[in-house]
Amino acid sequence: MKESRLFPWLGVIFGATYFLVPLIATFEFSLRMERGRYSFEAYRIVLADPYFQASFGYSAVIAVCTILVGIALSVPTAYVVQLKLPRLRPVVEFITLLPLVIPAIVIVFGYLRMYNSSSWLPLTSSARGTDLLLTFSYVTLALPYMYRSVDTGLRAIDVRTLTEAAQSLGSSWPRILLTVILPNVRVAVLSGAFLTFAIVIGEFTMASLLNRPAFGPYLQRIGANRAYEPAALAIIAFAITWACMGLINLFAAMGRQTQRR
Amino acid sequence: MAQSTVEIATTKPRPMSLSWLGVMPFLIFALMFLILPAGYLVIGAFQTPDGSFTLQNIANLNQPTIIRAYRMSIAISAASALLGSLLGFALALAIVLGKLPRWVRPMLMTFSGVASQFAGVPLAFAFLATLGRTGLVTALLFNIFGINIYRYGFNLLSFSGLTITYLYFQIPLMVLILTPALDGLKREWREASSILGASTWQYWRMIALPILWPSLLGAFMLLFANSFGAIATAYALTGSSLNIITILLYAQIRGDVLHDPNLGYALALGMILITGISNGIYIWLSSRTGRWIR
Amino acid sequence: MAFLTIEKLVKTFGAQTTVKGIDLAVERGEFVTLLGPSGCGKTTILRMIAGFETATSGTIRIDGKDVTNLRPNQRHIGMVFQAYALFPNMSVADNIAFGLKVARKPSAEIAARVKEMLELIKLPDLGDRYPYQLSGGQQQRVALARALAVKPQILLLDEPLSALDAKIRISLREEIRAVQRALGITTIFVTHDQEEALSMSDRICVINEGNIEQLGTPFEIYNYPKTRFVASFVGTLNILNGRVLDSTSGRLSIDDQEVITARGIGGASTGDTLALALRPEALSIGHANGGSNNLTGTIDEVHFLGSVVRIRVRFKDNIVSLDTFNRPHSAPPERGQPVTVNFTREDILVLDRPTI
Repeated sequence: MKESRLFPWLGVIFGATYFLVPLIATFEFSLRMERGRYSFEAYRIVLADPYFQASFGYSAVIAVCTILVGIALSVPTAYVVQLKLPRLRPVVEFITLLPLVIPAIVIVFGYLRMYNSSSWLPLTSSARGTDLLLTFSYVTLALPYMYRSVDTGLRAIDVRTLTEAAQSLGSSWPRILLTVILPNVRVAVLSGAFLTFAIVIGEFTMASLLNRPAFGPYLQRIGANRAYEPAALAIIAFAITWACMGLINLFAAMGRQTQRR
Repeated sequence: MAQSTVEIATTKPRPMSLSWLGVMPFLIFALMFLILPAGYLVIGAFQTPDGSFTLQNIANLNQPTIIRAYRMSIAISAASALLGSLLGFALALAIVLGKLPRWVRPMLMTFSGVASQFAGVPLAFAFLATLGRTGLVTALLFNIFGINIYRYGFNLLSFSGLTITYLYFQIPLMVLILTPALDGLKREWREASSILGASTWQYWRMIALPILWPSLLGAFMLLFANSFGAIATAYALTGSSLNIITILLYAQIRGDVLHDPNLGYALALGMILITGISNGIYIWLSSRTGRWIR
Repeated sequence: MAFLTIEKLVKTFGAQTTVKGIDLAVERGEFVTLLGPSGCGKTTILRMIAGFETATSGTIRIDGKDVTNLRPNQRHIGMVFQAYALFPNMSVADNIAFGLKVARKPSAEIAARVKEMLELIKLPDLGDRYPYQLSGGQQQRVALARALAVKPQILLLDEPLSALDAKIRISLREEIRAVQRALGITTIFVTHDQEEALSMSDRICVINEGNIEQLGTPFEIYNYPKTRFVASFVGTLNILNGRVLDSTSGRLSIDDQEVITARGIGGASTGDTLALALRPEALSIGHANGGSNNLTGTIDEVHFLGSVVRIRVRFKDNIVSLDTFNRPHSAPPERGQPVTVNFTREDILVLDRPTI
């Protein structure tokens, strides 16, 4: 059953081209700031921009909060569903998939109406409250990825035996979750965390509509006003995404190694 | 659900209440920050500003701008999902069944993982630098082949331009979803069909495609919803000049451009309905074709 | 001429040769088993017959026709795989009908044939089920029906029983054999399970490292293994080293005790050391007269296995295991006890005989 490898190769070359050409073009463009020669001037300007530092820092903090809330919601839920309430699984899975169906802009529109300054829970009336709302909106955005990752991780280990072993040694429920279950699914949790970071760091819609000084709106503003800096920012954003994905792969490989031992 | 809780709670009180306590934060969160906000808009779509029931908001959707925006959004989403599915499927096929050297697969999977998440504003910048009026590829095509793509009616800030841009994350997303599904095709199925006299084409038509169909369909729907709800790339590319539904809704939320606050609710309802219906179709189709799935 | 002939068949994967020049002739209607450990090349031979692997060199003929380079779908062969090869998206009836549909047979004929096949495998009412609704044993029966529905020239069975549990394995192997006899279809069966091979086959072909070690009936293979490999792979066997005292009369010395073999010792000469084999069931405890061989030693180990007691006896350097039936009224022997073991002159097998 010999088959020609021509078409597979063509496919791979097409895919690689589609992937690489915009990157190369963007990189080339980002170096053209100074007339007549290539330089990293655009990067220098961007990195020195206090708004860049502030907005990136803000988004990074929100991303970390999002990850923590996401873990705190996903791990106990996936654990309990797997161990005690398997009949709740379809409901929980449906909920975790909802953010893929309901557009982000619709969710945040709902927030603006439900939690505005004249509502029963006026989260948008203070900056901290809006930060909280932004964090929660990112948690919903990342929920499908975080929950799925944790759930897959939990399925790969024998949750029941681990729990019973810990119970027989007299552990309490919070202790079991923190000291037994969480370390065993840390690879899955970390993958979910980095994926969340990649999604959240440059997010535009929610941050813009909630009027927070995040990295996404900053990017958009630069894009509307400058020529070469956006290209440099795109390369930086790409490097961040790449780093997150690279770390996920790294942790996954490490996880496989520890399992083999 | 509530009834069964009570039943079980009376027979086995302690462990059950503890388990429910474990999922409560999740359920409350989902209710408050996912379901109720969406529900609020759905209800608002049927209310006048003072809160009484009306169908007027829905009827008001029937304006040329709004209809055109929906149409454009659906067209771009369908085109990018369809092309993304076909090209992603072809690429996944090459990766899984192409008998390529070992290093190709992990490399392409990593690429796909990165590219599928590389969306939003930076993606717009990248495509402006590539296919914009002063983009590298635009310039190369003109300098080498003498082709000015903008003279042939191409415009990055249009249906075709946005579709090509969205494909940057749609194709890799499809690859990521379909590669495991293709891995699930057992070698024995192909061999069994071949020894029973089937050609390669018959194997694909009668066995492989029917088995893959639910995954393909589900992935298509995900891709559709993915680009239907996207706004950042389009907004960064075109500002508010491109009339798609997300940009219209964005403008409405920020400044009530439609001069009718409750019309915004109806716009949102329309979006939920479109993604909801497309997923409903998916569930219906896959339950019809996937009776053999456990 | 035989129905299926394989001549000088070779298969190399890269630098590794997995099949090293196999010759095999299978008669019409015969059930031949390829038996060997995993990685011995038996599956590769089967896959070359099926056409999934191309032979590096050599020829395969079916009914006189050279099929070596035909595609699998042109060979008209039926095959049952190890497990889970039913098409999951088709009902049982559609699975069985698949080969006939592909061959564009009229639908009335297909329906009749499917019904006939379902009865043959004794699952007449399960035509509408999907594979996931069947047990493993039922799935393999359907796989058999699917392979036979197209009336193939040859049936290939690639370890079809190894994924099933023990009880079903035994009932299904009898069923497969009965169907094969009833249809008179030439069958090649691949397995690593010697019990399956012995109970089902007309002939067994023992394969090791890409070569045929021995080809013969189950009786011949079990009772007259020609090589140390066959002897140790088929059945449990005691292997001992013996020195030839007299090559003409067959007198041998095992740990300085004299025994006589009635089997030929080939070209071995006085003073050579030979590998000898004794089956556990040929040995019994106690002294025997009338020309039997007797060896004295001490009991090394006693394993009580229920109906059988397995005893290990050490002579000096050589150790043998033997089985005695459990007798409720007499206690089994104890470790360290001296014991005499007897066996007949015919029971000593001489392995790896130097050729004359």
